[in-house]
Amino acid sequence: MPKHILEMQKITKVFPGVKALSDVELSVIDGEIHGICGENGAGKSTLMKVLSGVYPHGTYEGDIVYDGEVQSFHSIPDSEHKGIVIIHQELALIPYLSVAENIFLGNERRGKNGLIDWNLTNHEAMKLLDQVGLHENPTTPVNQLGVGKQQLIEIAKALSKDVRLLILDEPTAALNDDDSEHLLGLLRALKERGITSIMISHKLNEIAEICDRVTIIRDGHTIETIDVDDDAGMQDRIIRGMVGRDLTNRYPSRKHVVGDEIFRVEDWTVYHPTQEGRVVVDNASFNVRKGEVVGIAGVMGAGRTELAMSLFGKAYGRDITGRTYLHGEEVQINSVSEAIKHGLAYATEDRKRYGLNLIEDVRRNISAAALFKLSKRGWVDGNKEIKVAEEYRGSMNIKTPSVMQTVGNLSGGNQQKVVLSKWIYSDAEVLILDEPTRGIDVGAKYEIYTIINRLVAAGKAVIVISSELPELLGTCDRIYTLAFGVVTGEVPVAEATQEKLMALMTQEKEVRA
Amino acid sequence: MTGTANIKDLLVRNIRTSGIYIAFVVIVALFAILTDGRLLSPGNITNLVLQYSYILILAIGMVMVIIAGHIDLSVGSVVAFTGAVSAVVVIKNDMPWWAGVIAALITGVAIGAWQGFWVAFVGIPAFITTLAGMLLFRGLTHLTLGSISLSPFPQSYQNIAMGFQNGILGGNGYDVFTLVVFALAVVGYAFSAWRTRASRIAYEQSVEAFPLFIAKIVAVAAVVMWFAWQLANARGLPNVLIILAVLVIVYSLVTQRTVFGRHVYAVGGNLAAAMLSGVKVKWVNFGVMLNMGVLASVAGIVYSSRSNGAQPGAGNMFELDAIAACFIGGAAVTGGVGRVTGAIVGGLIMAVMSNGMQILSIGQPVQWVVKGLVLLLAVAFDVFNKRRAGAR
Repeated sequence: MPKHILEMQKITKVFPGVKALSDVELSVIDGEIHGICGENGAGKSTLMKVLSGVYPHGTYEGDIVYDGEVQSFHSIPDSEHKGIVIIHQELALIPYLSVAENIFLGNERRGKNGLIDWNLTNHEAMKLLDQVGLHENPTTPVNQLGVGKQQLIEIAKALSKDVRLLILDEPTAALNDDDSEHLLGLLRALKERGITSIMISHKLNEIAEICDRVTIIRDGHTIETIDVDDDAGMQDRIIRGMVGRDLTNRYPSRKHVVGDEIFRVEDWTVYHPTQEGRVVVDNASFNVRKGEVVGIAGVMGAGRTELAMSLFGKAYGRDITGRTYLHGEEVQINSVSEAIKHGLAYATEDRKRYGLNLIEDVRRNISAAALFKLSKRGWVDGNKEIKVAEEYRGSMNIKTPSVMQTVGNLSGGNQQKVVLSKWIYSDAEVLILDEPTRGIDVGAKYEIYTIINRLVAAGKAVIVISSELPELLGTCDRIYTLAFGVVTGEVPVAEATQEKLMALMTQEKEVRA
Repeated sequence: MTGTANIKDLLVRNIRTSGIYIAFVVIVALFAILTDGRLLSPGNITNLVLQYSYILILAIGMVMVIIAGHIDLSVGSVVAFTGAVSAVVVIKNDMPWWAGVIAALITGVAIGAWQGFWVAFVGIPAFITTLAGMLLFRGLTHLTLGSISLSPFPQSYQNIAMGFQNGILGGNGYDVFTLVVFALAVVGYAFSAWRTRASRIAYEQSVEAFPLFIAKIVAVAAVVMWFAWQLANARGLPNVLIILAVLVIVYSLVTQRTVFGRHVYAVGGNLAAAMLSGVKVKWVNFGVMLNMGVLASVAGIVYSSRSNGAQPGAGNMFELDAIAACFIGGAAVTGGVGRVTGAIVGGLIMAVMSNGMQILSIGQPVQWVVKGLVLLLAVAFDVFNKRRAGAR
C-alpha cells in the first residue's frame, strides 16, 4: 500500500449561484508526479486554491488530509508552512526586483542585527539557482529574463521554502519546447529528491511523458484517476474523460478551395522599438490566398507576434520597411484603424491584456473594433449593437447568460470566441490569429478550429500563428517557418512533418545567409 | 430572451450605480430632518443649485477624464484663470458680457489643448501634467490680475449665474414658465423612457415589469415637479440650472451614445486592447483633456459671475471637490467605469452635506472631516463591491 501524502476527501465548494466543486476526491502518493486534467472551468484551479488555503478552511466542505492529518489552512502561509507551494499560471514575480530578492520575498535572509544579509541572500540564491539549472546572476532583475527562466525562479523560490508538495498550474503554457523540456526534466529531478508534484496541464503529451498518475476533473466532479502508461489509447481516454464524449478527430475536416491571392508581404523588416539596431523581423515575405489557412510556425521569440503586430497598422516596432499588397495592389497601412478599414484583423495571443476590455460586457467587446458599422455621424445605435451581439452569441456559441455579462467572468474559451466575434464583425478579410487556442480546453479548441474553417469557407484568408505544431498541421494549407525573425521555409501541409518544421524553426540565420 | 426584471433584481444588478441614489435619498432625508425642513425650503433649494453649480460642471468633465484613466488637478486654477481673463475683458476693457464669455471659452480651449498635448502626444501622465498646470495657471491668474481682485461685473454678466427666468408666462405668486419647462422635461423623459423600453422589447431584451416602469416614471415626475414647484415659488428658473441641465443631457448622450464616448470607456478599460481595436487612443486622450479645459472655463465663467469678480485665489480646491464627486458617484479609480449622472449625484451629495451643515452652523473644519470620511467610505464601498464581484 503506497503512502499517500495528500488526500482531499469529498471537497465541495459553492460560490453564489455556482457549485464549482462537488465531492471531489484527489489522492496523491508520496513522491509521485500527479497530473490533473480538465476543461477550463472544470474546477482545477478552484481545487488547488482550496488546497493552498486561498479559500480558507470553513468556506468549503470536505477534508484535506495531508501527511496523515486533517488540515485546516486559513491562508497561503499556513499551507506553505507545511511545505505545500503553488506556482500559478500567471507568474507572481516582481519585475524590478532581482532574482535573489524575488526568491526570498517574504522570507528574507536576515543577519544578527535584523537587517537583510545580502551576501547570505545572494549566496543561497546561487545554490538554489544551481539546483534548478539556471545559470544567472542572482542580482539580475527578473524582467530581464524570459518567461522560461522566470518559471525556474518560481521553482527556486518554492525550494527555498522547503517544499514537499509542489503544485504547478499550466507550467509550460507560455514556454517554448526547449524550456518546457528543461522544466519537465527538473520536475523529474525533484521527484528523485522526494518532492511530490501536482501538475495541471492541457498538454496531454506532457502528462503522458512525466506523470505517474492523472486525475480527470469535469464540471466540478472527479471523473477518474488513472495510471499513466505508454498505451496509445491513454490520451484518448483522458480526452474522453475531460469532454465527456469521444473526439474521434481533434481537427475538423475541411474542403480546401483556395482562390486568388488576397494579401502579400514583401521584404518586411522591423526593428525593435527600444533597443537600437536590433532587427526583430528580417526581410520577411509571404502571402495568403482566398479560402486558405496559412500557418506561421516559430518558437517563442522568433518574431511571430512582432511580425503580425507590425503588419497590423504598425502596432509594434519602428523603422518598418517593406511592402504590403491587398488583391495585388500595394497599400500603405500606418495605423490600426487603417488596417481595420483595409480588412485586416489581428487576434492577439494575450487576450486578457491586449484583446478584451475585461470590465466591459460581451456586447461592447464584440462591437469594439467596428463601431463605425453601428454608428451614423458619431452616434451609436445601441439597439442594433445588442442585436449584433445576440447574433454572435448564437452563431459562435458563446456560453454566457446574457450579452450584458462582463467578459472578465467568462471562461478562456468563451473569451476567445468574443475576440473572434469582434474581428469577424469588423468584416475582416485577412484574419491573423495569434495562438488562437492558447490556454483553452480541448472542446473549445475544436470549436475554434470549426470557426476557422467556416471563415475560409466564406472566402476569407486566415493566418494562424502557433507554437503547437500538431495544431498547424491539423488546420493549415501551407506553413511558413520563422526563426530569429527570418522566414526560413514554406511547406505545403501535405509535405510537412513536425520534424521538418522543427528543423526549419531552429535554423540559424548564418546557415541561410 | 424576453423577460421582466423585478425591483430587487434591478437593485442587486446595479448596486454600484443604484447604491448612490439610495445614499443620496438617505442623506437628503437625514439633513431635511436635522434642519427641520429648512434644507428643502424653496429659497434654500435655489441657493443650493447656485452654490454648487460650478462644481457640478467641473464634475461632468472630470468624470470623463477619470473614465479614460486620468485625473485633472488643474481645474481649480483654470477656473480662476478663465475668470480672470473674462474679468479683464469685461471690467478693465469695458467690453460686453458675451465678449468675456467668448474670451474665457477660448482660453479654456487653449488650456485644454495644451494639457491634452502633453498627456496624449508626449505621454506625460495627466497627474504630472495637471499638477504642473495647477501651479502654472494659478501663477498666470496672479499675473493677469496683478494679484488683486477685479470687480464688479456689470449686471448683464452677473445674470449668467445669478439671473432667473421668471414671469415670462406670468404667474400667481409662482412662476408658470418654470413649471411649464419642467413639465415638458418630464414628458420628454417619459417619452424617451417609453421608446427605449419599446425598442428593447422589439430586440427581445429584458425590461422591468410594466407596473414598475410606470411607478418609476411617476416617482421621477413627482420629485421633479415638486422641485419645480419649489423653484417657481422662490425666484423662478435659475439661468445656471438651464446651463447645467443642457450640459448634463449633452454629456450623458456623448458618453453613452457616441463613438467618442465609447472610445473613452474603452481606453480607460484596457488601453492596449483599445489601441489594437483601432481606437485612436491619443486623440481620445487629447479629446477628454480638451473637453475638461472647456468645461473648466464654463465653470470659471459661472463662478466669476456668481462671485461678481475675479480673485487671484478663486477656485482653490475645486479640483478636489470635483474629483470627490466623481468617485462618490461610482467612478472607478482604475478607469473604465463611471457615469455623468453618477458624478452629478455624487456632487449633489457633497452639496447637500455642505449646505445642510452650514444651515446647522457646523464649522468648516468639521465639514472637511465629514466630507473626507464620506469620500473614503464611498470608494471603500466600491472596492468592496468589486472584490465581491471578483471573488472566484
